[in-house]
Amino acid sequence: MRIDANGLHYRELNKRIREAARKGTSRFELVGVNGQRYIADGLEGEVEIHIHGTPGQDLGAFMKGPRVWVYGNAQDGVGNTMDAGKIVVHGMAGDVVGYGMRGGRIHILGDVGYRVGIHMKSYQDKLPVIVIGGKAGDFLGEYMAGGCIVLLGMYGTDPPERPLAGHYLGTGMHGGIIYLRGEIEPYRLGKGLAFEPLDENDRSFLELIIKEFAEDFGKDASEILEEPFTKVKPATHRPYGSMYAY
Amino acid sequence: MLFKPIHQSYGDFSIERDPQRCIGCQVCLRQCSYGVHQYNDRLCELTQDESRCVGCHRCEALCPTGALTIRRTPSDFRENALWEPTYIKNIYKQAATGGVLLTGMGNPAPYPIYWDRMLLDASQVTNPSIDPLREPMELKTFLGCRPDALEVEYDGGVPRLKTRFTPQLELDYPLLFSAMSYGSINLNVHKGLARAAEACGILYNTGEGGLHPSLYTYGKNTIVQVASGRFGVHADYLRAGAAVEIKIGQGAKPGIGGHLPGEKIGREISLTRMIPEGSDAISPAPHHDIYSIEDLRQLIYALKEATDYEKPVFVKIAAVHNSAAIASGMVRAGADVICLDGFRGGTGAAPTMIRNNVGIPVELALASVDDRLRQEGIRNQASIVVAGGIRCSADVVKAIALGADAVYIGTAALIAVGCTLCQRCYTGKCPWGIATNDPYLAKRVHPDIAAEKLTNLVKAWGHEIQEMLGGMGINALESLRGNRDKLRAVGLHPAEMEVLGIKPAGG
Repeated sequence: MRIDANGLHYRELNKRIREAARKGTSRFELVGVNGQRYIADGLEGEVEIHIHGTPGQDLGAFMKGPRVWVYGNAQDGVGNTMDAGKIVVHGMAGDVVGYGMRGGRIHILGDVGYRVGIHMKSYQDKLPVIVIGGKAGDFLGEYMAGGCIVLLGMYGTDPPERPLAGHYLGTGMHGGIIYLRGEIEPYRLGKGLAFEPLDENDRSFLELIIKEFAEDFGKDASEILEEPFTKVKPATHRPYGSMYAY
Repeated sequence: MLFKPIHQSYGDFSIERDPQRCIGCQVCLRQCSYGVHQYNDRLCELTQDESRCVGCHRCEALCPTGALTIRRTPSDFRENALWEPTYIKNIYKQAATGGVLLTGMGNPAPYPIYWDRMLLDASQVTNPSIDPLREPMELKTFLGCRPDALEVEYDGGVPRLKTRFTPQLELDYPLLFSAMSYGSINLNVHKGLARAAEACGILYNTGEGGLHPSLYTYGKNTIVQVASGRFGVHADYLRAGAAVEIKIGQGAKPGIGGHLPGEKIGREISLTRMIPEGSDAISPAPHHDIYSIEDLRQLIYALKEATDYEKPVFVKIAAVHNSAAIASGMVRAGADVICLDGFRGGTGAAPTMIRNNVGIPVELALASVDDRLRQEGIRNQASIVVAGGIRCSADVVKAIALGADAVYIGTAALIAVGCTLCQRCYTGKCPWGIATNDPYLAKRVHPDIAAEKLTNLVKAWGHEIQEMLGGMGINALESLRGNRDKLRAVGLHPAEMEVLGIKPAGG
């Protein structure tokens, strides 16, 4: 189904998508998208959405299953509290990508803003993954409880002198893992965190993730993998375990 | 006497065991989860370690021969109006552990209780009072956004409402059970709350712990909560309830998040929170996607979109100094119901300093929020629900006269199922089987009995509310909402009366 979103309020646009999806439409082509919020919000099932333009805030929030391609940039809150599915952004994304995300994948080709991947968590067979082709702002992976963030720093538009990630990376992290292509100054890490080299398991896991990312954007996986990666994982699974007097 | 480190030396309670009555049955030993009672096999007698006693009275209540009496310990420090024993003992504890003091339930400190400084009116001579036993008395309460005006159209001469309402909740009593998560309390208590809510035509609130699969059937009596950790939040969960509540803050601990320790995340809790067993459940202090009123609007509408605009969205904040301005923003952001949680509100765990020193009384916050929304002409756009230390039906009536649409009860509901306010919920060892998920303790609460007690409480309060309304010559709760002329102040400063918007008694 093709919808021309030009001039459509988000409420009308999303209602059309929801109603059509309920009736069994499984593929949507949205053109002329210009800031409409909440596309695919709470949407479930085997649905494909191709977005041409710039979708607004909270793209794919609470989403459970659909796959979304954005041919342009995305704004804040991509995949907020997302449960399952996939979002591929052929451009940049704003702040709070994947907040509280429990499952699914988010692939961003370019740079992302602040507070990306805060409080991601994994559960049973759900393992959320965010791959960022560019650089990231402050608080990447804060309070991370599970899942995986991969930061490449390759395909963004940020000036080369800007560091790979901002300050407070992984603060309060108590689960999950962050892979960085290259390094950042240790003082940018959250308290108690340290860089570690990858082991065999990390490498095979990372290869799978990178392969899928490269396929999505027509990039060469071996070029991405030829630089050394480091990983950041929680110093403890109980960061506040000894804080209280019982 | 057994040697103990200084921070364990001075217990708060002493246990009197009457040797004439004690039959050595050891019920006390089995009932106490804090290990106070011990049985000496050699001497065949029961002894006690009083320093461990939390004053929950479980052993006293269950002793079959009435042999036990729990009292405040008669031993005390020398009188000192400044250095009360609590401060001394807390310092011993912190000097020994280096930890943040933890506590449970609401603020117990002797701050003013404004409910007790307001009196209700009654009809005499000039207007007749109403007897609710012989005349109808409406307690039905609707929560949600009301339109600015009503449009009526005529269909063949028959008037019909043209205005379409946004979703409304219909309650048979102006009461809801406050958010208490599965984790902080157990499934038996949750089942009791859900069944009582269904029986009474009211709602209970999941808190930030997800919704257990066995409770989906009570959906139309359920408010599902979305808090900063987003535990157990997914599309089905959002659609399972009658309403969605965004928890920004909590009266017992305004401005801070929560840490449910990993040892409390067992298999079932892991299932509803949707996090692995044994991992800490950390709720950040703010929602990191909400740093402004505009961001709040974004989440409110994200939830409305995810639920097809079929559920009202509640936003709950702790009552703080500038609640009125925040509430105005919340209403403009699209909240259908705003909830104010006063500083007396309970909790399963909070740092003692926060609980005892942060926030403001809900009476004052309610009065100022209701005023502000009226001044701005937006009071119709959201209902107000207040929480935090509602102890009896008179508190409910006073809250409604001050401007509330309904009240949340949490502590009162727990007391109904046996809580004695010992304030040790954070230990997870609640001997009354409420704030614990230890199966041995949790089975002390039977869901059906809990539901029956909660239903009794709601119905009893309902009768009392009807009596008070009737006495004022009012036959529907709606006529009391924001009717502050029905309240008079005793013993309050003019500045406090101004905030409350009430006259002095006799005036």
